[in-house]
Formats: sequence, C-alpha cells, structure tokens
Amino acid sequence: MTVHGKTVAQLSEGLRRKEFSSVELTRVFLERIEASQPKLNALISVTAEEALQCAQAADRALASGNATPLTGVPIVHKDIFCTQGVKTTCGSRMLENFVAPYDATVVAKLKGAGTVMLGKANMDEFAMGSSNETSFFGAVRNPWNTDLVPGGSSGGSAAVVAARLAPAATATDTGGSIRQPAALCGVTGVKPTYGRVSRYGMIAFASSLDQGGIIAATAEDAALLLRAMAGFDPNDSTSVERDVPDYLSTLQAPLQGLKIGLLKEFFDKGLDAEVERRIRDALGVYEKLGATLREVSLPNLPLSVPAYYVVAPAECSSNLARFDGVRFGHRCENPRDLMDLYKRSRGEGFGAEVKRRIMTGTYVLSAGYYDAYYLKAQKVRRLIADDFARAFTEVDVVIGPTTPTPAFAIGAKTSDPVTMYLNDIYTIGANLAGVPAMSLPCGFVQGLPVGLQIVAPHFGEARMLNVAHLYQRETDWHARLPEGYA
Amino acid sequence: MKEWETVIGLEIHAQLSTQSKIFSASPTAYGAPPNAQANLVDLGYPGVLPVLNRAAVQMAVKFGLAIEAKISRHSVFARKNYFYPDLPKGYQISQYELPVVGPGAIDIVLDDGAHKRIGVTRAHLEEDAGKSLHEGLPGVSGIDLNRAGTPLIEIVSEPDMRSAKEAVAYMKKVHTLVRYLEICDGNMQEGSFRCDANVSVREKGAEKFGTRAEIKNLNSFRFVEKAINFEVARQIDLIESGGKVVQETRLYDPDKGETRSMRSKEEANDYRYFPDPDLLPLELTEDLIAGVRASLPELPDAKAARFSSQYGLSAYDAGVLTASRELAAYYEELASLVSGEPKLAANWVMGELAAALNKEGLEISGGKMSAARLAGLLKRISDKTISGKIAKEVFEAMWSEGAEADSVIESKGLRQITDTSAIERAIEEVMAKNPGQLAEYRSGKDKLFGFFVGQVMKATQGKANPAQLNELLKKKLAG
Repeated sequence: MTVHGKTVAQLSEGLRRKEFSSVELTRVFLERIEASQPKLNALISVTAEEALQCAQAADRALASGNATPLTGVPIVHKDIFCTQGVKTTCGSRMLENFVAPYDATVVAKLKGAGTVMLGKANMDEFAMGSSNETSFFGAVRNPWNTDLVPGGSSGGSAAVVAARLAPAATATDTGGSIRQPAALCGVTGVKPTYGRVSRYGMIAFASSLDQGGIIAATAEDAALLLRAMAGFDPNDSTSVERDVPDYLSTLQAPLQGLKIGLLKEFFDKGLDAEVERRIRDALGVYEKLGATLREVSLPNLPLSVPAYYVVAPAECSSNLARFDGVRFGHRCENPRDLMDLYKRSRGEGFGAEVKRRIMTGTYVLSAGYYDAYYLKAQKVRRLIADDFARAFTEVDVVIGPTTPTPAFAIGAKTSDPVTMYLNDIYTIGANLAGVPAMSLPCGFVQGLPVGLQIVAPHFGEARMLNVAHLYQRETDWHARLPEGYA
Repeated sequence: MKEWETVIGLEIHAQLSTQSKIFSASPTAYGAPPNAQANLVDLGYPGVLPVLNRAAVQMAVKFGLAIEAKISRHSVFARKNYFYPDLPKGYQISQYELPVVGPGAIDIVLDDGAHKRIGVTRAHLEEDAGKSLHEGLPGVSGIDLNRAGTPLIEIVSEPDMRSAKEAVAYMKKVHTLVRYLEICDGNMQEGSFRCDANVSVREKGAEKFGTRAEIKNLNSFRFVEKAINFEVARQIDLIESGGKVVQETRLYDPDKGETRSMRSKEEANDYRYFPDPDLLPLELTEDLIAGVRASLPELPDAKAARFSSQYGLSAYDAGVLTASRELAAYYEELASLVSGEPKLAANWVMGELAAALNKEGLEISGGKMSAARLAGLLKRISDKTISGKIAKEVFEAMWSEGAEADSVIESKGLRQITDTSAIERAIEEVMAKNPGQLAEYRSGKDKLFGFFVGQVMKATQGKANPAQLNELLKKKLAG
C-alpha cells in the first residue's frame, strides 16, 4: 500500500513502528500538493518550510516516546482558522494579506497533539458558497472530475482529502459546508454538535450556526481527530462544558437493535433517483447489521432553507462589519474621507456572494422588517429543533442523502443563487437544530461519489461515528481514490 | 403668556470599576498610552470572541438591589450595529429588550426639603467605545481603543424630572450611590460618569409630552444644569415664535454655553439590534443575587436617617455628611473620638474642614487632616481650654504646619484665661482707659456692653473665657 493511501490511524501506527518518519511523510504530501495545485487549486497557502521543521520536532517526540496518536501526522487547515504567523485569508481579497497574530483554539489543540500543518485549504469566500466558486483565489476542482465543483464551502478541505494531499483536513459547517463537499468528493466529513468544538479563532460567518469539524478518509480517522479538537474553551462562551468521550473506544459497538429513522422529507422528488438507490443500498447494509428502519417526519424541515437564508445573512451582516479598512485587511487607495474609506474598502474587498448576504442580512434586521423576517425565522428554527428532538425520541439516528445530486459542473449554478442555495436542502436542518451530522461515501453514480448523511441527537457523536464506522467495515467506498491520485 | 412645563429624563453611563474589560482580559486603568490596553478582542480581530466578566454582572446587580429594582433572572446581550472608527467590531454589545436590571426608583430631596421619587426604567450592561483623537495629528485621525470594552451600566430614568435642578439632584444621587456601592469611581473628568439628557417642554397641564431633544455626553453637574436650561429656553422660544421642536440629537458646547444640532431623527442610525449569538443569555442564580445582597453597604438614605437619630443632626446636615462614604466614615470616627459633641463635630466637618479641603482641592480621605487630629482640637473646645474663635486660629496652624492641636495651643500660648482675678484685672484696666464710655453705659446705654467685651478680648488676645468674661464684666460695670 502506498504511504499516501493510508488512513490517519495507519499512518499513526507506521510512525510508531518507524516504517517512515514524519519528515518523510510530510515530503510525500508536500510533493503531492505541489503537483496537484495547477489542476485542483485546493490550497491557498502551502507552508512547506514550517511543516518540515514541525515534522522534525515530531520525529524527535516520536523517538523520545513523547508522542500522541497524532504526532507527526500531516494535516491541512481550512483557511478560515487563524494560524499565527501564517496568512489567513478566509478565501477573500479582504484578507488577502492578513497574517493572524494568534492560533485558533482548534489549530492550537491540533498543534499541541503533534500534527504537522502543510498549508491552508481553499474555501468559498467567508465560507459563503456551496461550490467553492466564490473564493477570491479561484475555484477548487473536484479530483473525481476537474470540470466539476468539489462542493463548498470546505471544498478545498474535501478535495485535499479526496486526492490524498493530506490524510485529513479541518473544515467548518454553517449550513452543510463540511458534509456537502465531503459527499461530492467521496470522503468522510463530520459536523459536531454546536458547542462541541471551540469557535475561537475561526473567522465567523454565522455565529449561531458555525461549527468546526473534520474531513478525513474514514470515520475512525474523524474520531481520532475530533477527540483532539473538541472540548470546552474558556475563550468561547458558546462552547459546552462537557467531557469529550473517547470516540475510538465505542467505534466497534454492535448495531443490533439500532433504530434508524428515514426522513420522509429527505426522500422527496428533488432527490436524484440514482442517488436514492445508493442510499437505499446503504440502508440494506444496516439492516444486515441488525438495525431496524422506520420512517420519521420533520414537518417543518422544508422551511429550513428560507429560515437559514434569513438567520445566516443577518448574523453575517453584523460579523463582517469589522472589515472596515481601519485596523486590518484590505484598505482602498487614498480614501477621501471616512465614508469613502468604508465604501471602497468593503466594496473592493468583498466578492459578490458576500455582498449579497450582507445586503440580505442588513435588510432582514432593519427596523420594520425584523419581526417579519428575523424573528419569524428564529421561530421556525425553534420548530425545526423541536422536530429533531421529537424524532430522536423514536430513533437513534436519522439517515438519508447528503445532497440531492452528485457534483455539478463549474459555472452551472453561479447565475442563480437560489438554485445554489437549494443544494443545502438536506444539510441545513442539522445546523439550525445544532445537532451533529456527518457524510460518508456510499457508492458512485456515473463515476461520481454519493454521500450518505447520518444525523444524531445533541452530543451523539460517539454513536454517530460508531454507526458510520461499522458501515465502512462492510464497504470500501471510502477507500477508492480518484484517477491520477491513487 | 403660556406657562410651560419642562420634562426631563436622563440616561446615565457609569463605568464599572472592574479590573478588566467586560468581554476581554485587558486592564481598564485610565491614562495608559493609546492602544496599550487593547488586546485582540478589543481590536475586534477576525475570529475572536467575547467572554463576559462576572464582576461587571455583580456590580450591575448591586446597583439594581440598591434601588430595589427588579433583577432579571434572564437577560440577553444584543448587538447594536453601526459603523464608526472607534467601534472596532462595527457593533456595540449592549442589552436591548431584556436588561439585567428592571424597574426601580431613586428618591431625591428638592430645595424646599420635599422628597420626590424618580422612576428608573432600567439599567443595562454594555461595553464602552474607544476614542477618536485629533490633537497633534494633522490631516489624520487617531483611534485610541483603550476605553473600548470598558464595562458600563446605562441607567435610564423615567421622564420624571421637571427642572434642571431636579435633574442635577437625581444625577448627584446616582453619583453618590454608585460610589457608595464601589461600582464606579464617579470621576467625571475622565468620563467615568456621564449622561445624556432627554429634554422637552409642554404647556402646563398638557397630558402629552412635547417632542424631545437628546443632549449627548454631559460630563459635569454644572453642564447638565446649564445645557438643560439653555435647551428649555431654546425650545420655548422656538414654539412661542411659531416653530416646532424636531426630534434630534444635540451637543452641548460648554465654551459657548449652548446646545447645537448633531443629527436629526431622519439621519439617525437604524441600529439593527439582535441578540448576540456569541454570548449565551445571562442567567442569574438566586445564590449570586443573595451573595451580592449580602455585600451591600449601608446606603446613603439609611445612613442619613441613622445620623439624624443617632447624632441628633438636622436632616440637612445628615444629608451633607452622608454625601460620600468617605465623608460619612470620617464624621463617624470624629464623633466617636469626641464623644458627647456630635453637633460640634458636624459643624467643624461641614465648616472649617470642608472649606480648607475645598480651597486646596483635596479629598477628605487624602489624610491631610485625620479625624484623630481634628478630634484633638475639638476636645480642647469641649473642655473649654480654648474658645471656638481661638480654635479657628489653632486649626489654621494645624492645617498649615501639620501640628497637633495641643502643641499649637501651648507654643502660641492660646490657652484660655479662666483665672478670675486675671480677667478682673483686664476689665479694670479697660474701664480705667475708657471713662467716657463707662459713664455712658452707666447712664443707660446698654449697647456699650459689647464694646467692653471687645476691648477686654483685645487686651487678653482673645483668650479670656467668654462666659466668665460676660459674668464678671456685668458685675464690674454695674459698679
């Protein structure tokens, strides 16, 4: 087996057994990144020098026995996470040259666990997009077919793992930004419970929905990394003070008697028939493993897209106000006065999709519209959360498709934002309710990966990863690599 | 001529005396070099998040309990969105629909001694903004974010005040209260305590309020009074000459003594308030509230009432002596050291001592004249070693030389003459020197008694015991 084809768990094992050093591993992945950049554009920054230094330190730690399971494992961070001394662009011209003076908590935790950062993954600008086409640094291409999008906003992270430019990459999910690209790129992506992973140092899009997570090849790898990333952070008031379970120890728990809910609303007429067949096949695997299926309904779920596209822009309009050209980020040339400084710095620094959402958000929060839009959307959100809570009294997890279709062509949906927004139809509900959800590969349609989505109750990550892991023990969709990257 | 009634409501901003800022660990001390006390959170850097300072919450609760207001068990931080260079995040974290302190009231004393209750609508927690600097920076504006994120409580009154004097009395009362509670240093020059005044006028007897103007950022009691009085006159003039008051924000110019328009209602920001998703709702436990309640000091009104009954002081004197915690503590120490003379102690604290402190701009807690030292002087008045008049001379020497009363009395020979024969000798000398006056007195011109007292006092350098002198002089003059 090739080194780059190994999972994080296997690499961790190999490092301990001295089959290869962290420096060797780091070189392998840096070379793959370099070779892939012209084709995929998956990274915004590559930090080769720092990575090699870090790998040397990891090798010393491994030699002296001071290693964690992640010591020496190369990873990539989504460029939304602040990294001290390294550019953090958030995919925007606004932060084209912004060097963060501090590490995000997630970055610090993974650094502390001994991982080696190879670079920063491309993404939709400020995480606003479902195709990675809104990045100021150019679209990312899907490793399975470079004419297609990788999904978004964590398209860079998903492409990195799909092409094995790194065995894992951090990502964030506000409305599906981990799960949708994971599905379209044929990798495993986990969005934890809201509050499970610190948001400190993760540049905010919509604070009440944003959640950091991980994209990896397998559920086991995701469990390994999530264990290191999760936990209460005194710097994030919305992170939850609750112990992080050992997700690895429960991965093998049998699924006998597992109650799986099939959401009526997920199997609607928008769902591609071939995608549906792959999902039904996966459910068949679960039945063989001893699970029972039953239909559940979340009657308010169809309202999730409109509710989301009020709440998320509202929060974004306020969160992005700090990018004013005064203290950091893009500043226009020769401003005439304060108003000119604001208008041109923001006008030049932000792309079209970001502007669209700032405008929408500003509108829905305005006097006279607040009750009709923002307040109503928050009520709908409450109803959706209640729907999920009710469903989880009947079933242990909910399983369905991650996206209605496999990856679509670059440029296919850029002219109509609403069509683009509807790509998040199956994923947004989990963000609005704050529950954990993940996507894992469950087959192919015309050579393109299909994602299976598992949604669990609040803080049900251990069970969710267990359910995903046992499926991956029975199947090998997750081990397939795109042509040219095997 | 119509009769007009003034209606005033105040929004007081009091900076809370916490060690660190309301949402970050930066220190709040005043006077540091620009931006020395602004960390990444205060600068609104990408990715940073606010974490609420528990001490600020306790201080707000303390204020609420002190005015017997409703303390909200559940309150919410909201974002007030607007662009300004001194507002790094593009929004201020404040409280909007659900403030931590609900309705309460504060009693003020009017000039005629009557009490008036002023309603407090609410008090909420929020962060202060930074400052724009223009001096010494030609062509550019500087931004100092040291103040950004300093905790404030904004105390919003009902429109219950009817004159500038009432507004000042209310503001002073709040000022006293926050200093008693040790939640704000009350330093108005440094901006720790400031207010916005909402002012309108209406015809006497009218039900509806007139259109109001809001005067921003008044940072002295004098400015509050002057600005309101100017604004009231302006509004009355405007209406009487056929104009209409427009709802607007105005600034007070202390140099010109006038208010001028800053922005009209049409130009006002739409702040787009919404709950801050970075902060969970503030849930207060009964334990926290009980803990704060237990830490409440004796409050000014209660202390004044006790001073009246315990020391037999007038309501006015008790009010003056309890105006600050330090003053009250000083008085109580003095009164206990000079037992049996509480009124004497009160007169000296409010009279000579207050005047001397005032003249040099000193604080009573500064230690220039300790209660023990002043007590040394009052004891000598009390035991008649010196007269009240001589005591003032002794006080001056004590003040300027830092000496003890007894050593001043001894070194200057100011001990009162109580020796009857010595006083008699002095009287006889004066009588011998002024035969004409003596004759007039004896023929019925009683008023001349004062003349003889003065002459004897002069001859004894004021040291004759006044009571003895009176008695002996009457006898001698009678012949």
